[in-house]
Amino acid sequence: MSGDDHPLSQLFWTFALISLFAVGGAVAAIPELHRIAVDVRHWMTDKQFADAFALSQLSPGPNVMIVALIGYSVAGVAGAAVATLAMCGPTAVLAYVVSRWLSNAKGARWPAMVQAALVPLSIGLMAASAWILGQASDQNWRAFALTIIAAVVASLTRLNPLWLLAAGGCLGFAGLL
Amino acid sequence: MPPEIAPAVHPAADIAKIPPSLRTLFFAFAKMSLSGFGGVLVFARRAIVDEHRWMTAEEFNETFALCHFLPGPNIVNLAMVFGARLRGIAGGIAAFTGLLGPPMLLITALGALYGHYGQAEALRRALEGVSCVAVGLLASVVLRMISPLLKKSDVVGLVVMAAVFVAIGLARLPLQEVLLVAVPLSLAITYAKARWAR
Repeated sequence: MSGDDHPLSQLFWTFALISLFAVGGAVAAIPELHRIAVDVRHWMTDKQFADAFALSQLSPGPNVMIVALIGYSVAGVAGAAVATLAMCGPTAVLAYVVSRWLSNAKGARWPAMVQAALVPLSIGLMAASAWILGQASDQNWRAFALTIIAAVVASLTRLNPLWLLAAGGCLGFAGLL
Repeated sequence: MPPEIAPAVHPAADIAKIPPSLRTLFFAFAKMSLSGFGGVLVFARRAIVDEHRWMTAEEFNETFALCHFLPGPNIVNLAMVFGARLRGIAGGIAAFTGLLGPPMLLITALGALYGHYGQAEALRRALEGVSCVAVGLLASVVLRMISPLLKKSDVVGLVVMAAVFVAIGLARLPLQEVLLVAVPLSLAITYAKARWAR
């Protein structure tokens, strides 16, 4: 890690490093984002992290946008931009290089094998994300029940998730949690 | 497929021949991104394969598989690889900024509002409800992903998954250390299983 203490360079190196280990996408990286932002760097509280996740789900765009919120809380608009670029830029370049290289070496069988090996890992990481966020959000039995109900409804129906999020917001607003 | 857009010609002729301009790429990705609540993939597939016909469904799946096993946000990788395939590096950058720029401005605005009003009682309560549901949605995605492993009764996969969950979710170990053990191990097991099956 860089010895430079400037918040923007701290943000950049932190997120660039996390992104290189983010197998299975942005949601699978949430436990590590939480560990760094809440436990190691103390950029935000557990509750603020859960709020950032909620906001990122409410807002359109890739799930990775939670890093813009973490960056914003550290260093404002510049922090949001730097965090997003650091989380997305290096790995996008890597993907570009690998795709060029793979298209020159057609018929490689190993991508399928690598994928098969990584799928259980990324499910484990996403389950850990749900667990960690759940501990921050589900502070009482009513909140926990709402989480379970949302999980069941989302699993059994094809309802647009936005409706469920909105319903949760209304229940919370009405003071039922 | 409606007949008026699928004339009786070779399927390859179905795919647009002229590569889109950088502007078109930027706006196409901005549009997918801004319509994507809870993930952009579905909208990306719809736009790239069905609407613009820039790729066949098969090509899209292959590209996505590549982007899925590489590190980093999958959909961002996809935008870069896809844009570069059509228009070189400039195309990759156009798709990348289209995908990330507009939602980043939007969420930064939300972050600013949260910074100002986050302590207001009503907003705090509403956000609490939203985050409970968001966790539930995430849990349902996880369940949906586990079900193929259960159906195949893939014991090894389930054990790897559970071990990662315990290490990261319960023990809160650093991601790097866990992956440095888990990735080679899972690769070795998958390779051994593939050889054994043959």
